[in-house]
Amino acid sequence: MKRFTLFLALFIIWLLLVYNRPYDTVAFKQNLFIGFIVSLFIGIYLGDLIPERVYKFYSPVRIFNFLIYLPVFFWYVILANLDVAYRVLHPRLPIRPGIVKVKTKIKSDTGRVALANSITLTPGTLSVDMVGDTIFVHWIYVRSEDVEEATKIIVKRFERYLMKIFD
Amino acid sequence: MIVTIFVYIYILLLACFLCLYRIGRGPTAPDRTVAIDILGILVVGFCGFLSVLTGRDFYMNVAISWALLSFIGTLALAKYLEGKGFDE
Amino acid sequence: MREMISFILMGIGVAFNLLGCIGLIRLPDLYNRLQASTKCVTLGTIFIMVGVLVYSGWNAIGIKALLTLVFILITAPTAAHALARGAHKSGVKLWKKSVCDKYEEEKK
Repeated sequence: MKRFTLFLALFIIWLLLVYNRPYDTVAFKQNLFIGFIVSLFIGIYLGDLIPERVYKFYSPVRIFNFLIYLPVFFWYVILANLDVAYRVLHPRLPIRPGIVKVKTKIKSDTGRVALANSITLTPGTLSVDMVGDTIFVHWIYVRSEDVEEATKIIVKRFERYLMKIFD
Repeated sequence: MIVTIFVYIYILLLACFLCLYRIGRGPTAPDRTVAIDILGILVVGFCGFLSVLTGRDFYMNVAISWALLSFIGTLALAKYLEGKGFDE
Repeated sequence: MREMISFILMGIGVAFNLLGCIGLIRLPDLYNRLQASTKCVTLGTIFIMVGVLVYSGWNAIGIKALLTLVFILITAPTAAHALARGAHKSGVKLWKKSVCDKYEEEKK
């Protein structure tokens, strides 16, 4: 199952890469054949390296939750950029940086990675390191040094979406 | 309308020169690494503009490979900065 | 009409790229620079790629722009995370007016 998933992902990416308008040329068929062989070989050889249980990728509920999560994520990304623009263009640089500690309740590794990447792209925060369920976050304007308070401000806005997707 | 794209390319060049300033000036090695990472992403935008300007699709192949290679290079530099070598 | 929309999108992207690089110059220490430049340049390049997709339509250029967008969205935060961790472990100090550094306390 893992091997089939890796093969499918590689083959779809290859199809997108060689997309070109006339389909019935010889070059296109050669591309298709080579891509099939290579992604089959890599899928069988390296499929065991996927750390996650793979049935999660095929569950419709999780995919639906992911589609809900995308607009929320992009809304926060755009807010983050306006925030950065304000801080950079302000003549007196209104920053108060520091590294704080937050806790997460997400269990799966992929979910934690997604959470860390989301934290990096959203307003004023950058994840520095992750030890177990603790994430160290560099915050450009520290509002609270307490673990509970910081967790409520930084993590809670993504955690409930990501828990539905990955846990 | 093609003039607009030239204006955008010149603005991107200005951004690249700001990055180069940070590379030359940066007090420590990690500062320079950050600027190199950012420069790598800016070049991807350049490739997109060139592709629109000429109508050829191979510039986008350059963009994809540049994005992935710059990512791998940044990871290698970060590992090197960590001072542990590459065998972890 | 489609040309106008794509030029507006590319303009927004280029403006964000320039803002990110100004942040790279103006902010005082490495972590703040990393924050500003990673966020702004990632979103700027995503906007440029969406502009290319709208301009060229559903052909080879557009699909490759879409793939580039996804790759950049996944790789840029990871690279920033690795750089911040490496810099902290190699001993780069925070700005002198910083409030707290819980990571330094944890390492001892």
